Amino acid sequence: MNATSEPMTGSQRAIWAVVVLVIVALVIVRSMIGTGMGRVYVEQEDMAFVQLAASVDDASESVSEPKWVRTNSEQGKTYLDRNPDANVIGWMEYTQVDPKAYFVQEAASANASTASTTTAAAGPGPIMLSWPRTIGLWVAAFFTLAIFSFLYRDNPFYKFAESVVVGVSAGYWMVIGFWDVIVPNLIQRLNPWFSQQFFTPGMELPATMADYWPNLYYLIPLILGLMLIMRLVPKCGWFSLWPLAFIVGTMAGLRMVGYIEGDFLSQIKASIIPLYEEGSVTTTPFRTVWSTIWASLANILIVIGVLATLVYFFFSIEHKGVVGGTARVGIWYLMITFGAAFGFTVMGRIALLAARIEFLFDDWLWLIDPNEQRTIVESAVGLLM
Amino acid sequence: MIKLLTNLDRRWIFLAMALCVAVPILVIGLTGKTIPETPTPLAEAFFNEIDTAGESKGRRGHVLLAFDYDPASAGELSPMAISLVHQCAQRGLRMYFMSLWPVGPQMIDESISKVIDRHYPELVYGEDYVNLGFKAGNEQVIKVMGIDLTTEFRTDTKGTPLQQIPMMKGMTSLEDFDLIAEISAGYPGTKEWVLYSATQYNIPMVSGMTGVQAPLMYPYYPGQLKGLLGAIKGAAEYESIVNVWVREQKFAEALVAGGMDEAKAQEVAAKLMDKPAQVSTWTESAEAADLDPKTKAELITIATAPIPGEFLEGQRRMGPQLFAHLLMVLLIILGNVVFFAQRRQGGRS
Repeated sequence: MNATSEPMTGSQRAIWAVVVLVIVALVIVRSMIGTGMGRVYVEQEDMAFVQLAASVDDASESVSEPKWVRTNSEQGKTYLDRNPDANVIGWMEYTQVDPKAYFVQEAASANASTASTTTAAAGPGPIMLSWPRTIGLWVAAFFTLAIFSFLYRDNPFYKFAESVVVGVSAGYWMVIGFWDVIVPNLIQRLNPWFSQQFFTPGMELPATMADYWPNLYYLIPLILGLMLIMRLVPKCGWFSLWPLAFIVGTMAGLRMVGYIEGDFLSQIKASIIPLYEEGSVTTTPFRTVWSTIWASLANILIVIGVLATLVYFFFSIEHKGVVGGTARVGIWYLMITFGAAFGFTVMGRIALLAARIEFLFDDWLWLIDPNEQRTIVESAVGLLM
Repeated sequence: MIKLLTNLDRRWIFLAMALCVAVPILVIGLTGKTIPETPTPLAEAFFNEIDTAGESKGRRGHVLLAFDYDPASAGELSPMAISLVHQCAQRGLRMYFMSLWPVGPQMIDESISKVIDRHYPELVYGEDYVNLGFKAGNEQVIKVMGIDLTTEFRTDTKGTPLQQIPMMKGMTSLEDFDLIAEISAGYPGTKEWVLYSATQYNIPMVSGMTGVQAPLMYPYYPGQLKGLLGAIKGAAEYESIVNVWVREQKFAEALVAGGMDEAKAQEVAAKLMDKPAQVSTWTESAEAADLDPKTKAELITIATAPIPGEFLEGQRRMGPQLFAHLLMVLLIILGNVVFFAQRRQGGRS
């Protein structure tokens, strides 16, 4: 079989060019049928809040804390009527909605304009096309196809997509590392005031200095972290060996306990099982016997498998005679295990491929509509009919 | 023929595989038909463990849902995560979401949006479910959670301190959970949760995982893992169990609302579930004479209402699996035929 890097013949080029052109043509034709494809709609909601001052609860005559309530709530409206100069903040929130919600809104507004009446929107705000999310969808479709294009052969689109994935992943990990590790685990504990001022304004400060002092032992990980970074300085690289030794030692200790208890002892315990086991199905005498045979056979196979596989990995004795025969049984067990692993891996990969093709057909091309996000007219069934 | 197969461009195989996956997706997407699933004991054990969570303590189950996966494996794991949340929400369990993967919170949000926001809007954040978000540190996080939960999690993803969240009251360590339900794509994942929580603290645990991991995790069942879902097949089986059970529950709820006592309602609901197509006929029988027309209409609606698409994701993906596997088997046979034919030719020469 040909490797993807090998040159292609003229006829092969022609066939693949036709395949690619047919796909492009289908996409263009699809985009011109119906109301289009690959669009994302959002619902705009005005999130305005008014700050209620303290002691506003007249009914219970209790002093309440200042709090924020929605301006469109009954409490908010009443308060704003009484205090027009109250502190109000607001922003717009956009929630993704199914395209059918947009079509319903369009149909309603068309009917309203025909009947020369005004109709209020059903949801909290108007539904509109979201250009950023639509572009994001098309970019996702492009990258999916760019990655798939490697199956044809290595090409600039694939290289571009691969580089973007690597770059974005590295950037994402760095940001996550800072905001989810360094800020909460180090800065917040070492200097809560600094963290509240610059990184996490919503955090609660320690009530007293006594609550804060124990956190000073976080200076140790800070120093170890700085020593690890010294690896970037050639002359001081040896500093990093200390934190590395600490990491390796800690992980070894942590894992040793976990593996001895969870894997070693528990699995030995799970392998010491009776060779005869009563079956769980007791509906008829025949089923009881059958179920018992299967349950016992399963246990016998487990015991034989464990012993035979262990013998295969026992290299101090030459694999001849009984030992050789048992080791051969062990090889069979290993091969069956590898086969099962291969089968599961294939199933997993096909599931991932199916998910990407579903994305292309459903979200991008609007050919199918399994989640009923659009009306039937917008799906391929409607187009065919 | 042998020469043609020997020199076959591998891209034809890719194209054949793409068609084997794409055509069933189109057909299933257009017709809405899925391949029926027969649940295996592993999927049933997974379901039963969640169904009985909290019963031993005589309380509403407190389930820790650890979603340790990212978009790269969402195609395989998302269906089982959605069904898991579906079952927990329908069962009325308290759900504590968390992740050891940086992109896990987005996966959690997706499940909450698809299941809770759309189908169980009555559930209250902070009382019925809470999102504790991502925590860096791999197995060390699990280890620390076993000692003190608040050391690792001081706020939820929205920044609300845990002390202010009603359902976090009394939750101090892993041992306060009735069950750990893990969806895993690799490291850290099922293995780490088994080693550092299920084994060390004897907490019941179930796990759904990618196909790559499944064969390595089978030895933990039924000892350290009480239920196991392997790859999309496990997801589809579990999905079908949950869908049938949810419909049965809805039948029972409608019957109870119509005045039937709970035990009888459960019995009738199970009977209706056996033959949902005959619910309309049953409503006209003598057994349903005491029910008011509204309840009867609701029962017919429940029986005929299509299952929402998001709860069929796993079963939909079993169609492409079938044809792709058939192609694989065919290719393996062809490969062997070519191999033996070449060997025979080689022997003759």
